[in-house]
This record gives sequence, structure tokens and C-alpha cells, in this order.
Amino acid sequence: MREVLLRATAISKTFGGLIAVDNVSLELRRGEIHALIGTNGAGKSTLINVLTGELRGANGRVELDGQDISAWPQHRRARAGLGRSYQRTNIFPGFTVFENCRLAAQAGHQRPWSLAQAAGRCAVSGGAAQRALRLAGLEGHEHRLAGIMAHGQQRQLEIAMCLATAPRVLLLDEPLAGMGAEETVRMLELLQGLQADHAILLVEHDMDAVFRVSSQVTVMVDGKVLASAAPEAIRANPAVQQAYLGGAQ
Amino acid sequence: MRFRFARLPMAFALFALVALAALPWLATPYMVDLTTKIMIMAIFALSLELLVGGTGLVSFGHAAYFGVAAYAAALLAPKYDAASLPLLFAIAVLAAGAYALVVGALVLRTRGIYFIMVTLAFAQMAYYIFHDTKVGGGSDGVYLNIKPELTILGWKPFNLDNGLHFYFFTLVLLAAVFVFLTLLLRSRFGCALAGIRVNETRMRAAGFPTYSYKLAAFVLAGMLAGVAGFLFAAKDGFVNPELLSWHQSGAVLLMVILGGAGRLHGAVVGAFALTLLQEAFASEAIFGSFAKHWQLLLGATIILAVALLPEGLTGVADEIRAWRLRRRDAGQSAGATDA
Ligand SMILES: Nc1ncnc2c1ncn2[C@@H]1O[C@H](COP(=O)(O)OP(=O)(O)OP(=O)(O)O)[C@@H](O)[C@H]1O
Ligand SMILES: [Mg+2]
Repeated sequence: MREVLLRATAISKTFGGLIAVDNVSLELRRGEIHALIGTNGAGKSTLINVLTGELRGANGRVELDGQDISAWPQHRRARAGLGRSYQRTNIFPGFTVFENCRLAAQAGHQRPWSLAQAAGRCAVSGGAAQRALRLAGLEGHEHRLAGIMAHGQQRQLEIAMCLATAPRVLLLDEPLAGMGAEETVRMLELLQGLQADHAILLVEHDMDAVFRVSSQVTVMVDGKVLASAAPEAIRANPAVQQAYLGGAQ
Repeated sequence: MRFRFARLPMAFALFALVALAALPWLATPYMVDLTTKIMIMAIFALSLELLVGGTGLVSFGHAAYFGVAAYAAALLAPKYDAASLPLLFAIAVLAAGAYALVVGALVLRTRGIYFIMVTLAFAQMAYYIFHDTKVGGGSDGVYLNIKPELTILGWKPFNLDNGLHFYFFTLVLLAAVFVFLTLLLRSRFGCALAGIRVNETRMRAAGFPTYSYKLAAFVLAGMLAGVAGFLFAAKDGFVNPELLSWHQSGAVLLMVILGGAGRLHGAVVGAFALTLLQEAFASEAIFGSFAKHWQLLLGATIILAVALLPEGLTGVADEIRAWRLRRRDAGQSAGATDA
């Protein structure tokens, strides 16, 4: 069995009376793309927010490398290797594309006390940013302002910023939404390339993409896990077909 | 070589330094004294700019740290002896920083309009402590009768009783604070603060402990306000609760906004502009009997300036630069679609 990097056990999160995530357990292994699908409002983004610590006050246990990180604040989890991308593009619009990535990369090399060195001359964060931009297909766009790029390019930047922090666990919230056909192919290839030494959670509505790249699919409905199995088994599962795939296609 | 707007702040800083260094030989003693006062306010405005423009934290209680440092200097200086300048300076700045640490740890848990209200509330609290209790002589304030002195092995390089010496002492501190903040804003710390200003959620997701960063900026800004407060107390030798009042907090915020938040030199320009406007409008020589209503004129002028120049006085050059960048970018994407 492959090594489990992230293990979530019995995660629940409520908003007032609404149970957004209901007793969800999940394991992310190195070398696997784990797809998370579900109807709108199923609780996929909320689950990611709980795993990263962006949302507090959830029940359940989150472990990274076997260590309980449930009480850790978001920034500490991020530095321990938990990277995420956002469903709704969440960048620094007034900064250049390069600075967006460099700043994200700086999180791994913060040194706030070294006042004499200009941040732009920090070779560590600069190099990491350049690599992430190349991977995400944004080479040549470094000096453009992020906020005025096309929507699809902003989606690429969203991924590049996640990669720039050099995470081991990638929690990607609908990374392909809004990307052109060409970028989608490229992004799926990128994920397959990263798979070897990362654990990847891929939230996605594009079923073709999901069944093509994932080795495990979890289906959520109304905050609960309906099924979790290999793609072929999910495709054949009558409950999933009725609740999700039938309605979607 | 093409004219580079990016070099403008640097050129401005050098020009301003030369002009300020030459001023005592060109101006009347009154003007030298006024400029000393303005330079102290410029340090104060620079300290607030670190929060407002640098971190996106609009503090409406920044006078508290200015005032605490001024009181610390006046209260802790020996009565009948000259205090040691470096010691009194350090005590005043650390006192301001300590108060900023306590206040910052609490107020940085709030955001937006609540942050503005809570910073104001803490400043008012400090104001009433000095106004209504005996610690600082109540509403009458306290005197710092003898100016602090710097002595190196019996040698006194300057004498703060001398107005000219005080002027240059202030100018050196203003230049030092300006250079320090320029370096800080370019450093990784400054870039992280800028990231927090624009998108704190993303910064946390990337792995920055944003609360600690904001607290560090808040304490640093309080200490720099303390530098200004110390100079104020040393200059006039008198402090009173009005130094901590919300008028003072409002005035320094106005300097930052009028000069143009987001640019260090904006704070300096704002300090000069606001104080000089105030002097001009209150001058009977210029406005005759209407000078009584200087506050009305000042208010109207500021509303007009902010309406016409949303980026402040120093923002004009930046607006031109942003426009050129947009035009270049539009040209590039047009080229990409053609291909
Ligand atoms: N901050 C919040 N406060 C209150 N309710 C929320 C909050 N965030 C999400 N919800 C609710 O929780 C439920 C789950 O939302 P979530 O965004 O996790 O769904 P999702 O599976 O990501 O959906 P989509 O496919 O549309 O992105 C929804 O009913 C949503 O309205
Ligand atoms: Mg979602």
C-alpha cells in the first residue's frame, strides 16, 4: 500500500443549522490522484477549508504524516506541506504574475528580520516562483499585472501559486474550471507528472478528466460520503449513478 | 536615457534632503522652527504610513504612541539635571512600543471599521489616563525643563538648546527613519506586509503567520511614532494630554491620505502640505479677518484635494505610470490575439 500523507477522520462542520460536512473520512496517498466529486453545495470546498485550517471549529481529526495537526493554525499546516488552490481565483491582483508566485514561495523562506536584502533579490523564492510559473505554463507572462490577465490565465496562476510553496499534499478546488481545452490537457499532464511524489486531492466537475487521471474517487452528497472507490467501481455504482452521474449527464 | 518614473521617489528624497539641509541659511528663525515641527510630524506620519499604506491597517489612534513617548521622556527625565539623550530616547521609544504591543495584540483581532473604532478607543483611554489622573499632571501637562544631552567621554557633539542643532538632529532622524522604512518595505518583511494588505487569506494559505506580521508592524509603527513623540517633548519641553487626543490621530491620518497613502514620500509631503496650509489659512497677513475661520478653509481645501486627487498629492506620477503599464499590456494582448 502506498504511504498515506494526509488522513482525515470523521470530519464534520456545521454552519448554524446547516451540516455542510457530515462525518467524512479520507486518505490521501503519495502517488495517487484522489478525485472528490459531488453536486453543488455537497461540501467539497468546506472540506478543503477544514483540512487546511482555514475554517476553524470543525469536528474530527486531521493527520499529516501520522501526526495530529487538528489544532494547528492554517499557516503552520501550509508550511508543513499542505498546499491548496481556490475555486474562486484568489490572487494578488495589483502585483505582477511573478511577484504573486514569489510571495507565495517566500512563505517557505520568510526571514522577516533580514531587512537589508530586497525581497526581489531573494534567489530562493525567485527560483521557486520561476519553476512554478514554468510548470503552470505562464512563462513569458512574469511582468504582467495579475489582475488584468484573462480568466484562464488567472486559473493557471492560481495553480502556480500553490506549487510555488512546494507542498507535498495538493488540495485543488476545481482547478480546471474556466481553463481552455489546451490548458486543461496541459494541467492534467502536470498533475500526472506531480503524482509521483505528491498526494493530490482533485475536486472537479469534468467527469472525463476525473475518470482519466484519478486512482480513487470519493462522491459527496449533502455533506456525506456516498461512495469511495476506484473509478470503474464508481462508474458502475447504481447509487452514484442515481444521485449524481445520472443527473449530471 | 528614457525618463523613469520609478526613480522619482529616490530623486524626490535626495532633493528634499538637500533643500532641508540648506534651509537654515535661507530662512528666518521662525521658518526654521516651523520646519523642525513639520519634520517631527513627518516622522510621525511615516510611522503611520507603515500601517496604512504598508500593511492596510487604518489606525485612528496613532497619537497614543506619540503621546506615551512624549510623556515617558518628560516624566522620567531627572528634574534638575540633563538626562542622557540615548537613554531617554530609548526609554521613550520602548514605552511607545510596549503600549503598541499591548494594544496591537488586542485590536489586531478585529478588522475594517471595527479596527478603526477599537484603535480610537484605546487612544482615548490613554488620553483620559493622562487627562484625568495625577500621573502626568492632569490637563496641565508636565514640563521637561532641561534638554537631554549626548556626552561621549566628556565631549558634547551638539547642544539641543540650540535651535539649529535641534533642527539638524531632527533632520538626521527623519532621514534615518525614511531610509529604514524604504529598506523595510523592499525587504521580505515589507513584501509580506503588502501581501497581507492585498489578500490576507492567501498569505495565510501560503504559510505566513499573518497575525504575528501585523503585530510586528504595529509595534514598529508605535516605536517610530515614539521617536516623533520624544522629539516633540524635547523640542518644546512641554507635554499635555492633547498630544494623545483624537484630533492629533486624525491630523496624522490626514497627512498620510493627503500626501498619498502607499508611498513613503507621500507621508512627508502630507506633513508639509497640511501644516503649511494650516499656517497659511490662519495667517492674518494673507486672509485678513477671515483667518479666524481657518479651520473652515482648511477643511474645504482638504475635501477638494481628496476629491480631485484620490491617490493624494504624490499619486499623480504613479497614476501616469499605471496608465502606461496598462497601455503596454493592452498592446501586448492585442498582439497575442493577432498572432
Ligand atoms: N462560510 C459559510 N457560511 C455559511 N454557509 C456556508 C459557508 N460556506 C459554505 N456554506 C454552505 O455549505 C454548503 C457546502 O458548501 P461548499 O462550498 O462546501 O460546497 P461545494 O461542494 O464546494 O459546492 P460547489 O460545487 O458549488 O463548489 C453549502 O450549502 C453552502 O451554502
Ligand atoms: Mg466548491
